[in-house]
Amino acid sequence: MEFAELIKTPRVDNVVLHRPFYPAVEGTLCLTGHHLILSSRQDNTEELWLLHSNIDAIDKRFVGPLGTIIIKCKDFRIIQLDIPGMEECLNIASSIEALSTLDSITLMYPFFYRPMFEVIEDGWHSFLPEQEFELYSSATSEWRLSYVNKEFAVCPSYPPIVIVPKAMDDEALRKVATFRHGGRFPVLSYYHKKNGMVIMRSGQPLTGTNGRRCKEDEKLINATLRAGKRGYIIDTRPLNVAQQARAKGGGFEQEAHYPQWRRIHKSIERYHILQESLIKLVEACNDQTHNMDRWLSRLEASNWLTHIKEILTTACLAAQCLDREGASILIHGTEGTDSTLQVTSLAQIILEPRSRTIRGFEALIEREWLQAGHPFQQRCAQSAYCNSKQKWESPVFLLFLDCVWQILRQFPCSFEFNENLLIMLFEHAYASQFGTFLGNNESERYFSALEQILQVFG
Amino acid sequence: MEHIRTPKVENVRLVDRISSKKAAVGTLYLTATHVIFVENAPDTRKETWILHSQISTIEKQATTAAGYPLLIRCKNFQLLQLIIPQERDCHDVYISLIRLARPVKYEELYCFSFNPKLDREEREQGWMLIDLREEYKRMGLPNNYWQLSDVNRDYRVCDSYPTELYVPKTATAHIIVGSSKFRSRRRFPALSYYHKDNHVSICRSSQPLSGFSARCLEDEQMLQAIRKASPGSDFIYVVDTRPKLNAMANRAAGKGYENEDNYSNIKFQFIGIENIHVMRNSLQKMLEVCELKSPSMSDFLWGLENSGWLRHIKAILDAGVFIAKAVSEEGASVLVHCSDGWDRTAQVCSVASLLLDPHYRTLKGFMVLIEKDWISFGHKFNHRYGNLDGDPKEISPVIDQFIECVWQLMEQFPCAFEFNERFLIHIQHHIYSCQFGNFLCNSQKERQELKIQERTYSLWAHLWKNRGDYLNPLFRDDPSQTQGTLHLPTTPCNFMYKFWSGMYNRFEKGLQPRQSVTDYLMAVKEETQQLEEELEALEERLEKIQKVQLNRTQVKSKQSEPSKHSGFSTSDNSTANTPQDYSGNTKSFPSRSPSQGDEDSALILPQDNLKSSDPDLSANSDQESGVEDLSCRSASGGECAPSEDSGKDPDSDEAVFLTA
Repeated sequence: MEFAELIKTPRVDNVVLHRPFYPAVEGTLCLTGHHLILSSRQDNTEELWLLHSNIDAIDKRFVGPLGTIIIKCKDFRIIQLDIPGMEECLNIASSIEALSTLDSITLMYPFFYRPMFEVIEDGWHSFLPEQEFELYSSATSEWRLSYVNKEFAVCPSYPPIVIVPKAMDDEALRKVATFRHGGRFPVLSYYHKKNGMVIMRSGQPLTGTNGRRCKEDEKLINATLRAGKRGYIIDTRPLNVAQQARAKGGGFEQEAHYPQWRRIHKSIERYHILQESLIKLVEACNDQTHNMDRWLSRLEASNWLTHIKEILTTACLAAQCLDREGASILIHGTEGTDSTLQVTSLAQIILEPRSRTIRGFEALIEREWLQAGHPFQQRCAQSAYCNSKQKWESPVFLLFLDCVWQILRQFPCSFEFNENLLIMLFEHAYASQFGTFLGNNESERYFSALEQILQVFG
Repeated sequence: MEHIRTPKVENVRLVDRISSKKAAVGTLYLTATHVIFVENAPDTRKETWILHSQISTIEKQATTAAGYPLLIRCKNFQLLQLIIPQERDCHDVYISLIRLARPVKYEELYCFSFNPKLDREEREQGWMLIDLREEYKRMGLPNNYWQLSDVNRDYRVCDSYPTELYVPKTATAHIIVGSSKFRSRRRFPALSYYHKDNHVSICRSSQPLSGFSARCLEDEQMLQAIRKASPGSDFIYVVDTRPKLNAMANRAAGKGYENEDNYSNIKFQFIGIENIHVMRNSLQKMLEVCELKSPSMSDFLWGLENSGWLRHIKAILDAGVFIAKAVSEEGASVLVHCSDGWDRTAQVCSVASLLLDPHYRTLKGFMVLIEKDWISFGHKFNHRYGNLDGDPKEISPVIDQFIECVWQLMEQFPCAFEFNERFLIHIQHHIYSCQFGNFLCNSQKERQELKIQERTYSLWAHLWKNRGDYLNPLFRDDPSQTQGTLHLPTTPCNFMYKFWSGMYNRFEKGLQPRQSVTDYLMAVKEETQQLEEELEALEERLEKIQKVQLNRTQVKSKQSEPSKHSGFSTSDNSTANTPQDYSGNTKSFPSRSPSQGDEDSALILPQDNLKSSDPDLSANSDQESGVEDLSCRSASGGECAPSEDSGKDPDSDEAVFLTA
């Protein structure tokens, strides 16, 4: 397919751009395969370059021959273009619509992007599991690297290399994988050097209604316990939700089969509930009325901060169990790709100073989000202005970033980075010239040969 | 002293507000000026001192197994819950405090017994630190249009005004006196701020006694004189800071507002700031939210909204912005009034001045601003802040609101203010503490009669002496940044207004951000300065050495071929030997940071309430969780996990975790 087919009118003159807080700019609008460009064609004027993939929704309006397109971006910007000529306006609008909703990952801009700067580091190989493991191996010999998922056959959403207890061979891991949702058997997420305790994460156990069990699974997680010590299983779902999951083949760890573990249920929301919350939050932020009370009640009604609080509370609980109780922890929800990752990664930010450095934070995101198989492409397909309301669209990663920001606000001297890094990551997760956040997991990225394109961390 | 029924009670428990099971046992002392609680713990013997004048309410609560609880709420938002073992003691403490917290004579107040060990001269100098005559001079007064009027000499015209006032030159004594008769409590229009850049003024007064139709020629002439005093403008704004409905209701009582038809060239404008009763209730509601033990996010946001507090703060700032714009952009003078012109008018005039003039954003300038718009113009400190026992309906957080407005502006313009948050908090504290004489009484006249300056000390001198604590390290002294008007965004940004946990929850340890960037930056700044001084000293020394060396080499070269190196090193050893103990010299930073190799580098986050995450989302929580505290809590934390399939609701296990 050629992009040119979708671009009916590549260029319109005398277009006026309106942005909040900026004076209007008149200039020439150009459409390319990946960008919408507006240039006043004067010296010293900043041009607008907007990735089509950043466009969340557009509205059209006509007043006489003057057409107006309001573009709502995934990064929450709202811009308005006044375009003379109805036909041009319609053409531009339909082109934008088509170009901003391309399905194929290989048509995305990262596959076309050639950087203007010198690439000083191969970002794709900057944060390898082997390197992470080396950090631990000096402190412990109880863990090993497993290549059981080399062909993505055991768990399609796991990376080829994972860290597991040494006591478990690959055969046993394959068995455990059949007992966990999506094949996501328990793997090491974080090793706490201070006391040798760990955070593991997984998918829910597939106990079903008849209470299936899996000896290898029990053996695997018990392998992380010290004699006489109990561990904690943090289930990010409320108990009733976990119970209901049994009807669909899922479930939770029965005490009878996991006597050395205490289970704690939390209630972190997922999916469209979060998306709706974000939509309401951004609506409240864009409220143009001078009304203080309305803002607070709308903020409250969005429930956004309630979600933030629940996630942070759970992460604190995990961190306390690990650090203060000296207990190992297993964290999972249903799939283990959303709330689980929020909790494991935030617990590390709380516990591990390294993850509060720029480099360490990048490594954390690489490890706990990208390699751990958070489905970025699905979750970040749409943002606060979408109308599609697909179940899989959800600002899980944004909530995580917001939680980090909350911690940063409380501990302003403990982070190497500032909020700009968080905002930058948010923007790139939704639309980027880099390939880092493309695809839903390692295997998808592997098969689309992403290596040729650039990593945002590079 | 005769009011103290029992000076000392032992085995009193001071309850930790968040985890009620954790209470400190100690001894309670009642003195003439303070309530003092001394913990028994031998290693710390931590002391809590509460000034009687800070006590807002004392409440006996339902008896518990542990004893008889007494809840003390303070005006600086501290909350104390004491449990006293004997009912009799509890009652005695209660009765004593009720009396001690409500003095009936000024002489009972702390400032008359407070002695900071300064001699008479120092005290007098302290009072001279802030000089309003200087301030008017700084504004460029008197000039061709404005003059100092002695019409209020000996408070003959208005007893709540100062004696020295600036009025338009064309306003004769006859006009002023005539106008004063047409204004509530004779508070005639007088100058509050003069914007010398464009010769525009902000004046203030009380409401006119217009009723439904009354007029006053002199008052009309007075307003005309104000307009003519800024020759560039052909009209003045008259801003009534009350809601229109309130102003209209006042007409029935023979008061009211200016009729545009009767005054030539005025533009009349209502700005709806609510009255002191609404504000008092609003604060009350907000404090109830602050006191919630473990509010959900909704409880907090809903409660904050319901209190209306931030709406009121915004209304005051909006009014200030309106006036600042009129002055700086439209070049129009403004007359501001409310009912009596001593509450809302003071708030609005001072906010507008702060926005317009960078001087008021400096330490000294801010003191001047409070001295001018609040103290001299007869803001009723005694009534509003309940220093002496009086009508509870007169109490209202008027200046608290102004102080919060300043804080909200500081959050928006972090580099524009020379002072920091602590400065504001300490001023708020001392408005209620009565430790210094500045805020005593209801007017300058009363203060003079009491001879305050001869008998008490000035807060401003005290703050100025400790100014190092109050500096904002981000302050940019560079004129392009700080001069001129602060412009708030014109587009509505409601989320700009934040809940000020640093004020209202400041006594909850562990709730504030545990790292203060301000302190950190100040320490860095101080260290840099030390190093620079050191560098300078070393450079001087080096210069000397080189001189010495030069002389020596010259001498030596005459004798024989010298070894430059040896010559240098000897002098180096003898003179440049200044052992600098860097580690001892440099101040250690107050905050924890991972780079300091802190063994226990985990961030300790609150378990439960990210309550503050209010409009500004500034994280803090209700959960006490200093690092030290956690160890004792988590010892039993294991109990928190609900047993298998117990069906416990997820919140309850959390609660167990918290209280354990």
